[in-house]
Amino acid sequence: MSWLTPTMQDLLLEALWQTAVMVGAGAAISVALGLPIALLLYATGSDGLRPAPWVNRPLGLLVNATRSTPFIILMVAIVPFTRLVAGTSIGTGAAIVPLALAATAFLARLFENALREVDKGVIEAARAMGATRLQILLKVLVPEALPGLIAATTVALVSLVGFSAMAGAVGGGGLGDLGIRFGYQRFMPEVMATVVLVLILLVQGLQSFGDWLVRRTSHR
Amino acid sequence: MHDETAPADRATAIRLIGLRKRFAAGGTVALDDVSLEVKQGEVFGIVGRSGAGKSTLIRSVNLLERPDAGQVEVLGADLLAMDEPALRSARRGIGMVFQHFNLHTRRTVAENIAFPLEIAGVPRAERAARVAEILPLVGLEAKRDSYPAQLSGGQKQRVGIARALASRPRILLCDEATSALDPETTQEILALLRELRERLDLTVLLITHEMGVVKAVCDRVAVMEAGRVIEQGRVFDVFTRPAHPTTRRFVAEVIGHAVPQGTLARLPRPAEGQVRQVVQVVFTGPHSTRAVVSEASRDFGIDINIVSGRVDEIAGEPFGVMALAAYGPEARVAAAFAWMRGLGLDVAEVSE
Repeated sequence: MSWLTPTMQDLLLEALWQTAVMVGAGAAISVALGLPIALLLYATGSDGLRPAPWVNRPLGLLVNATRSTPFIILMVAIVPFTRLVAGTSIGTGAAIVPLALAATAFLARLFENALREVDKGVIEAARAMGATRLQILLKVLVPEALPGLIAATTVALVSLVGFSAMAGAVGGGGLGDLGIRFGYQRFMPEVMATVVLVLILLVQGLQSFGDWLVRRTSHR
Repeated sequence: MHDETAPADRATAIRLIGLRKRFAAGGTVALDDVSLEVKQGEVFGIVGRSGAGKSTLIRSVNLLERPDAGQVEVLGADLLAMDEPALRSARRGIGMVFQHFNLHTRRTVAENIAFPLEIAGVPRAERAARVAEILPLVGLEAKRDSYPAQLSGGQKQRVGIARALASRPRILLCDEATSALDPETTQEILALLRELRERLDLTVLLITHEMGVVKAVCDRVAVMEAGRVIEQGRVFDVFTRPAHPTTRRFVAEVIGHAVPQGTLARLPRPAEGQVRQVVQVVFTGPHSTRAVVSEASRDFGIDINIVSGRVDEIAGEPFGVMALAAYGPEARVAAAFAWMRGLGLDVAEVSE
């Protein structure tokens, strides 16, 4: 990248690393939280394994509320919560909190849809064999939905890359922040172009890897 | 309810008493006071059009569908009185095979068959041993590591059957098990079911909309319509003497009771001084294999024209239905038919 000064190159690498940390940690946390929420939404739905509207409705409402809040607003709105969890409200680590929260709500819905795609017949067969609800969730639904869950995670990763560009607002750094501060505010079009190029490559890479994993895991 | 067609010497495997089920308030009635008794070791078929309630009925046996009223007894145990853990363990003793196979797409054949054992907490080594034991029974040794998507419909259903039998159930429920298969594969699967029934001393309850399936494997049959059992009995009896119009239509699909009107219209007129009489003869019992037609023609000096007919075997017994047009002097024609009736054949005059 000879069109960038060595200093800019270092900044770019640092920003790439910050983005990787924010997206990676955000994705890990949101998968870990989103899957149980999706299972709960699925199981307590009106045609679920144990319908429970008093769980399903409030939980669905919470997920929708989080999803409808624009990320930039969510990020500043939950600053007290971020401070509670991360000990600070500024920096890459602090940015992970709102990122994970937004992605969790997003993934919970995507995961729930993936679970709904599982053939009802397989679930019925498991019931006929005397499976418990937990066994149906963990040994039938999740394994059968795995390709769909992976596809959903890929979509979430790509969205996280986009969300992470706004992390500069809380001092989170990252590629988007670099593009804004140097490419836009300091009129360095070559930095902006490089940032956009790296983001495109990153998203392409994530998507291709996700697609490959979906193909590997599905046996249709 | 006492069922005089059930073999009295055998213990009851499934007893359903007064089952009622209605989907949604004011909706259609799926089961309307249905009672059935399936004896151990028999293959019992329930036949009906779609929407007749047969699917709800078979799903009531393992309580996949809970009836609104009635009693469900399997191997002497009252399923409706059970709590969940007891019901789950009772379900392990009832295998079920499905129309669309319902296999796990991401498990291999061996892993699919092992699934019921896995959820029952059977150790891995024991599961592997059982799978190795059961694969040859369904002829799938070579496919043990294939995924369902790589199998044909018939092979998928073999996996479904193997899975249903993995935990050594005494009872097998077949929910339209051959309805998604082509006729040839259907016969293969039915042959397999017959063989497994003999070998494992299973009780089989199956539902189907095809009378051919009933004819091929069942000992007894119940015909359902609008949530009710309208007729039941030994397969041979129901096929040879269907009482209800719906049953007659079902039976006609397989053995063609109807006398073709077009052929009747083309029959030659009787000669001067003779009569023409068309009858439908049902051949059952000890004389069903006797050369009745040629004997009657010879001994009574009349001509007999076979208008339509089919001689077949149902539930292992010979059986035939024939429409005959007899030509001759009225007295001799009448005497010939009287002689046939004397042999125990069912002779019914067909109005032209």
